[in-house]
Amino acid sequence: MSLSVKHLLGIKELNTQDIETIFRTADNFKQVLQRPIKKVPTLRDTTIADIFFENSTRTRISFELAEKRLSADTINFSSSGSSVSKGETLIDTVNNILAMKVDMVVMRHSASGAPWFLAKHINASIINAGDGTNEHPTHALLDAYSMSEKLGDLKGKRIAIIGDIMHSRVALSNIFCLKKLGAEVTVAGPPTLIPKHIESLGVTVQYDVKKALQWCDVANILRIQLERQHKPLFSTLREYALFYGINKSILEGLQKDILIMHPGPINRGVELNSDVADSKQSIILDQVENGVAIRMAVIYLLSGKADVVE
Amino acid sequence: MKTLLDTHQLNITLQRLAHQLIENHLDFSASAIIGLQPRGIWFSNRIAQIVKEITSENIPYGKLDITFYRDDVHTGDILVPSHTDINFSIEDRRVILIDDVLHTGRTIRAAMDALIDFGRPRNVELMVLIDRHYSRELPIQPDYVGQTVDTIITQKVKVNWKENDGIDEVVLID
Repeated sequence: MSLSVKHLLGIKELNTQDIETIFRTADNFKQVLQRPIKKVPTLRDTTIADIFFENSTRTRISFELAEKRLSADTINFSSSGSSVSKGETLIDTVNNILAMKVDMVVMRHSASGAPWFLAKHINASIINAGDGTNEHPTHALLDAYSMSEKLGDLKGKRIAIIGDIMHSRVALSNIFCLKKLGAEVTVAGPPTLIPKHIESLGVTVQYDVKKALQWCDVANILRIQLERQHKPLFSTLREYALFYGINKSILEGLQKDILIMHPGPINRGVELNSDVADSKQSIILDQVENGVAIRMAVIYLLSGKADVVE
Repeated sequence: MKTLLDTHQLNITLQRLAHQLIENHLDFSASAIIGLQPRGIWFSNRIAQIVKEITSENIPYGKLDITFYRDDVHTGDILVPSHTDINFSIEDRRVILIDDVLHTGRTIRAAMDALIDFGRPRNVELMVLIDRHYSRELPIQPDYVGQTVDTIITQKVKVNWKENDGIDEVVLID
């Protein structure tokens, strides 16, 4: 009845049943979060390490809150100011933490694939909180969950993912997740920010953002990740905003109401204007709220497999 | 397999339990019925319906899932929860917890913990259809009992409901 996997490394490895189980469990946790007493005693026997080798605000807070709402003990670790800066390897760092009887690891790492590598070497369950430009599975789950909360079944629904597809792990995990749930996906943005051969994942490519908006039910707008761009991929932010930024007048020209999503943090005035980000069509804060419930569900569902030896 | 209650007997028992509840509460304005997921709700649905038919009162009726409060979360498979649906305040209410089979008492312990996270009821009573005698692991006793049976741990009591299982009956499986 629970999940088919021991770790949540990527959406790629989940089946549709797993995703639905996570959503059903998240429904329950969402209800818990609306009560006067917003926690349950379920994981009081569990200790979870949040290991972040890369900066994060909301994912980290969201995971920590999810763990606390489940009554788990948490330890936080960030690479700056730790032994990693003294040259310790990833496996050594994690094994040292696990030696202190930690049951589960939530990890963010700048290297794509790092959680898969770690999963081969340690016994505890691992939840990937973002690896390089590869996957960010809990984000894709909370995105799809937020969409289905508004639209119902996602089968046949049209989702446009707009912006910096190239550097976005949210984009890749979203594509895997939405395709598994039967949605149609289009990626849109400047050609330099869309990876070659992305059609092989079953998505269509659109370079005209207005056409993508015209087509879709939901627009998931991504952040321009300047920190990951090692060479310039468009001339200026102003030019990007002019051709690919989304503002109120574009949305008003569509003659239909689409949902607006963004994984945050928003570059206001670049990929998204304030008049859209703060509009009624925006479900950005629902995404944040649902993030805690989704992460509670994932942690709970994986917590039983900590002692399973493969 | 042995039949403990057939359709006719089960119906009489349901009627009796509903009447006992009314006798004890008289006025349901400060009461609430809460059925335990997953299988207790078939029983609580019936009791809520019969009490309503007799008294024509609208009694607050909720469903409670106790998965997150179990004391054996990590001893077996992780369970996917059912829905909790309590859309009223239980603060200062006389709550009647309803489950189909009382066995070790651990479910009821979890249910009381879960319930108290919703507020502070005035008191809590327990109604069960089948009380499996001599198998309690916690000091919990029901206030309303359909039938008390002596069983051994390897036996299983199964309550079937027309809505879900096609027939109303209680059977003992060896």
